[in-house]
Amino acid sequence: MADTVVTDTHASGDDPNRRDFIHIAAGAAAAGAVVGLAWPFIDQMNPAGDTLALASVEFDLTKVAAGQQVVVKWRGKPLFVRNRTPAEIAQAIKDDNASLRDPQRDEERHKPGKPEWLVLIGTCTHLGCVPTFGGGDYGGWFCPCHGSHYDTSGRIRKGPAPRNLEVPDWDFVSDTKVKIG
Amino acid sequence: MSGHSTYEPKTGFERWMDMRLPILRMAHDTAITFPTPKNLNYWWTFGGILAVMLVVQIVTGIVLAMHYVPHVDYAFASVERIMRDVNYGWLVRYMHANGASMFFIAVYIHIFRNLYYGSYKAPREVLWILGCVIYLLMMATAFLGYVLPWGQMSFHGTVVITNLFGALPIVGEAITTWLWGGFAVDNPTLNRFFSLHYLLPFMIAGVVALHIWALHVPGNNNPLGINVKSKEDTVPFHPYYTVKDGFAIALFFILFASFVFYNPNILGHPDNYVPANPLVTPTHIVPEWYFLPFYAILRAVPDKLGGVLLMFGAIGVLFVLPWLDTSKVRSMRYRPTARLYFLIFVLACLVLGYCGAKLPDDPVIPGVTSFQLVDADLNSFVWLSRIAAAYYFAYFVLILPILGLTETPLPVPDSISAPVLSHPATTPAGAVASPEKRG
Repeated sequence: MADTVVTDTHASGDDPNRRDFIHIAAGAAAAGAVVGLAWPFIDQMNPAGDTLALASVEFDLTKVAAGQQVVVKWRGKPLFVRNRTPAEIAQAIKDDNASLRDPQRDEERHKPGKPEWLVLIGTCTHLGCVPTFGGGDYGGWFCPCHGSHYDTSGRIRKGPAPRNLEVPDWDFVSDTKVKIG
Repeated sequence: MSGHSTYEPKTGFERWMDMRLPILRMAHDTAITFPTPKNLNYWWTFGGILAVMLVVQIVTGIVLAMHYVPHVDYAFASVERIMRDVNYGWLVRYMHANGASMFFIAVYIHIFRNLYYGSYKAPREVLWILGCVIYLLMMATAFLGYVLPWGQMSFHGTVVITNLFGALPIVGEAITTWLWGGFAVDNPTLNRFFSLHYLLPFMIAGVVALHIWALHVPGNNNPLGINVKSKEDTVPFHPYYTVKDGFAIALFFILFASFVFYNPNILGHPDNYVPANPLVTPTHIVPEWYFLPFYAILRAVPDKLGGVLLMFGAIGVLFVLPWLDTSKVRSMRYRPTARLYFLIFVLACLVLGYCGAKLPDDPVIPGVTSFQLVDADLNSFVWLSRIAAAYYFAYFVLILPILGLTETPLPVPDSISAPVLSHPATTPAGAVASPEKRG
């Protein structure tokens, strides 16, 4: 069997020839193009420029009487602006030391010196339903979808929701006006 | 699609075509001469019914898309316009909406038939998995379609389902934002859901073609669960099963028509005739009836991520079923113990569906308070759904694997023809039994 020696030039790695180079280069270019094009086709589903540019909203607090809540639409979501009564504030502070799933003190959830104003994103942290005002075992909110109870500080107390109602970025523009976002 | 072809082109055109694209040969071999077990019962007609329902949904859907406007400001009004002003729009929309329910009734019967007769076992695992893929695509399509009328249930159903993905750690929020195309369910969401709702049925049609291909390699299972042994065990698909399927389809269409013409909204929810309002959630939010068992599983778990994982796990477990069931006997006709567990399984699925439609904390037996167990009264729908969900999973991961190893099945007949030929009813009255044994 020694009369002919056949060398497979593609099999050995020590002598890459021009064909190997073309195979690798073409394969890499095709793979790179697919990966490079995949991202634009995935990212097009993320929020578009105009959606991101949604302006912040201003809100006049004089519309909300003590013990009431007004729902404002912000970024397509409901926003709760609640004017708490002294009893509701007292209850929220009293529960600071209760066993909480997402521990937070009431004073961390409102602006300093203005405990009556609570501004919260009005979607349940479970699956995004809008909790109803004043319901539930703790007098805050009750989510009708899967039964989450929030207290008067918007903290989760009972039910499947994992977190407290979210506090958005907001601030006082004047004594009676707030800006959200 | 497999096996020896018996097609013989008759005309000149057929011969010409057969040399170029043997599509007539394929149609002849799959739908005319295909050898089919001769003992298939009416539970086997639901495959044909499903194929017809897919066509009904695609045809009515294409018509609806001619009149529907996928925009948050116009979607609800355009659906009302279809109902009131478009010629026969009411008929086409009621056919499409109730057709979805009929599709699911048929697919659930089809799946339970598979479970009972062991059709998912070797050599039909790929056929079964393709069926599971079709079922997943059907659920995605049905969910996307329910969003389009942009009523209250459409909107808040979308909010809840898309938020399920938010339960995933780290990437959850990015995924929901990506699905929504914004910070809440809004116009971009409706737009893309319409696009995908139009796409998915054609993907289903593609997987159905693979499903039928995978069916025609091993051939149909049958009520006895034994393999076809000889030509005696089969009959050609046409006319035997075209006629049997056709009759079943006609009966099924009577049921379909009774919904469309006499009670078109009974399977829907009145809240979806209220335009979507992102600021108010309906007091009792429920999915369409065909999702209720999974919804009950979701709510049975007090933890958000756990509930989501268990709900998807309920479907995921179906994919590995062929390897969970250890019994060599396919049909439960010869597995009396398994048959009992199977009946309880069907009951558990129905109970889950019933629980999914109820408020979790409501008592099952009205007016009775038993005792508090963990987070709810024992006499509540949440506890009933926990028991039923536990059985659902136990059936797949405990009962089927163990039972296959421990039970004693009944003797299985030698061939499909054997029990028929030896049955006393096939012997004419007055004929002598076993004449060959007489002197």
